Order: sequence, then structure tokens, then C-alpha cells
Amino acid sequence: MKKHWKSIMAWMGMLTLLLPELVLAAAEKASLMVIVADTRKLTGWEAWWANLYNESHLYFTIVTVISIPVIGLLFGILADLVMRNIGIDLSSRELAEH
Amino acid sequence: MDWLYILMPISGVTIFWPGLIILGIGVGIIGGFFGMGGAWMVTPGLNILGFPMAFAIGTDIAHMAGKSLISTMRHGKFGNVDYRLGLIMLVGTIIGFEVGAQMIMWLERLGKVELYVRWMYIILLTLIAWMVFADVAKKKKKERESMARGEEIDKLATGIEWHKTLHKLKIPPMVHFKEAQVYCTVWLPIFVSFLTGWLAGILGIGGGLIRMPALIYFVGCPTHVAVGTDLFEVMISGLYGAATYTYKGRTELVAAIIMLVGAAMGAQVGTVATKYIKGYGIRIAFGLAVIGCGISVVMKLLPRYIPSWKVAMDASSTVLILGLVAALSLYILVRMLQGAKQEITAKKGQA
Repeated sequence: MKKHWKSIMAWMGMLTLLLPELVLAAAEKASLMVIVADTRKLTGWEAWWANLYNESHLYFTIVTVISIPVIGLLFGILADLVMRNIGIDLSSRELAEH
Repeated sequence: MDWLYILMPISGVTIFWPGLIILGIGVGIIGGFFGMGGAWMVTPGLNILGFPMAFAIGTDIAHMAGKSLISTMRHGKFGNVDYRLGLIMLVGTIIGFEVGAQMIMWLERLGKVELYVRWMYIILLTLIAWMVFADVAKKKKKERESMARGEEIDKLATGIEWHKTLHKLKIPPMVHFKEAQVYCTVWLPIFVSFLTGWLAGILGIGGGLIRMPALIYFVGCPTHVAVGTDLFEVMISGLYGAATYTYKGRTELVAAIIMLVGAAMGAQVGTVATKYIKGYGIRIAFGLAVIGCGISVVMKLLPRYIPSWKVAMDASSTVLILGLVAALSLYILVRMLQGAKQEITAKKGQA
């Protein structure tokens, strides 16, 4: 049984790795029109960010995809601290019903 | 009052940023509570705030990935996430999604597909709402019968129990999902996720709205585990969606981060609220959300038959969705605060 389970998981893992291109394929297709950010009025980090977008969508994507989980994690931990301070038990729930 | 507006560096529009935070809080609460991404709620909200449509979907998906991560972390600590089930279902979802997407592209070439898809969406939402409320009615009937017999009410009893029939299928290999407390053939979650993925692909939606009830009624997950496991899937597909839309240049990260500030708080509230609201409470609220979503789709469909109603219907459906988000968020927030207050009082009493 364990052997079966391992091979199933291996297949599942491989499919998950090979097929990500297909995820959300049905979502509304973004148009092929190229959008360029107007950097003329921007300064500092905004200008850097807009320039990164204009110069390379790949780097822009990498920064975005790394930023989102990191920021999510930070906000999550912060909200955890606040809730713990209030006194809410965040590690268990008593309910075991449907 | 200029400080209340922020320039979006990529799209070049100026947005009322507190609006983004409020929207984030609302969808964060509902997403964490029901286990869905909630794209159908966010897009009208972003529209109202003046967000360009070219960036709305990508920005929504980007914030959804972060929000689902927060909710999954919290649900995981409560023991509400069955990662094994989630991973298996992810494969079925991906394949189903692509089959649905290819099918819709093929149908598009035949024409008029959008109209049929909308009608199919309405039928599906009606079925989900019927399933939820039929389940609630059946459970209440069982409780009444138990009381009439003088027996104790079984707290674990459920109304609709289709999953019990499906669990009788003994096609190897059989799998035990510990958190979900389900022992079934591995083909059951694969088939269910393929079906829900296929429907989501056809309808062009994320799929949380379909997957959550499917996990309950077909796989047999307790409501809380269905919510947590679904969020785990939303998190992974959301991250991938964020990557593809950003690569196409359709994500405004600044807006996504601002929404995430609100969603981080909202997701915690929604997730913690599941601690205090019974499984059937979640199901009823979910059924109401599905009805609201269905009415908004009908409102979008009506102008096809009565074109003069277009402006009124578009405005009404936006008001309905935002009203629904506000009402549900408020209900969940109040229940969470009441529960937390009781818990804290009880702790103080013990000390």
C-alpha cells in the first residue's frame, strides 16, 4: 500500500510540476496590447518600479511573485501577534463537528 | 485630502487607497471564512474605485495569493487543512481546468458561447444553493425525529450524505485523509477535482465557489476542513495566476499590497470566526452568498433581453455584490468578536 501511495504521490508531483502552464488558462486572456508605464512624473522607488516594468516583465514578475508571499507572511505574523495579545487561542479549535 | 489618493506607478491612475484597504478587509473576511478567492466580489469593487480593467484581474489574483497564504497558515494551525487531499485535488483541478478552457475556446468558435456559459453559471449556482439548503433542512428533520424519539441529538450528524455512498467505491488504491477523516479511493478526490476544475475552466472562474461544497458533499470533508483545504488550493493556483498575469504586464503590485494590508486583517478575522461558528452556520452563510452571486449574474444577463435596462442592471448588480460583501463581513466580524469575548471571559474565569 505504501509503495502504491509513493508512486501516486510521485506521479501527482510530476503532473503538478509539468502542468502549471495550464492553470487558470480559461481566465480572461489579457489582450496582446503592450502597456508601457509612464515614468515621466515618477521619482524614487516609483520610478525604479515603473522602469523595471518597462525594461523586463520577467524581473518584474520575479520580484512580484517573491514579494506577495513574503508580504502575506509578514502581515499574517503581525496579525497573529495582535490577536495573541488580545487573548485569542490561535492554536486550536474545540469544535469537531461537521 | 490629496493624501488619501495614491498614484499607481504602472497604470498611471490615482486611486483612493482607503477604498482598497476596505475592499481587502471585506474579501479577506469572506475568503478566510468560506475558503474561496472571491474574484467575483473584487472586480466590481475595483471598477468602482476607478481601476483600469486591464489590471483588475491580475491585481486581484496577486492579492488573492497573499491573502490565501495567510488564511491557509491560520487554518493549518487549527487542523483545518488536509495537505495530502489538497495536493491530490490540485492535479485533478489543473487537468480539469485545461480541458474546460479548451472546450470553451472550441465552443467560442461556434459562437454565442458567452450567453450559454452565463446560463450554465446560473443553473450551477442554483444547484449549489439548493444543495446547501436541502442539506440544512434534512439535518433539521433528523434532529426533530431524534427529539421525537427521545434520543440525544448527534452533533456529528449531517443532512445530505452522498459522500457515504461514494465512499463505498473500493477501487484501489484506497487512501486515508487524516485531517478530513475520510477513507476512500484516491480516484474520488481526483474525479471530483477534475469535475470542479472543468466547470471552473468553462465558466472562467477560480473555482472556490464550486470546490468548497464539492469537498463537503462528495468527498465528505467536515465544513472547516473543506474551507481550509480549498484555501490551500486557492493559494497555489493564485500564486501561479499572479505570475502569469504579471508576466503579461497586467498586475499593479502597489494596489495588491495595499489590498493585502486589509486582507491580512480580514483573513485573520474570517479564519478565526470559523472557530466560533458551527459547520452548519458556515454552510448557511455560504448558501446566502451563492444566492447573492446568482442574482448578480441574472442582473448582468437581463440586459441581453431588455437592452434599455443595461445601465440600471449594471449599477444594481455592483450595489448588490458590494452590499453582500459588507453584510456578510459584518456578520462574520460580529460573530468573531462575540466568540472571542466569550473565550477571553472564560479564560479569565478559570484563572
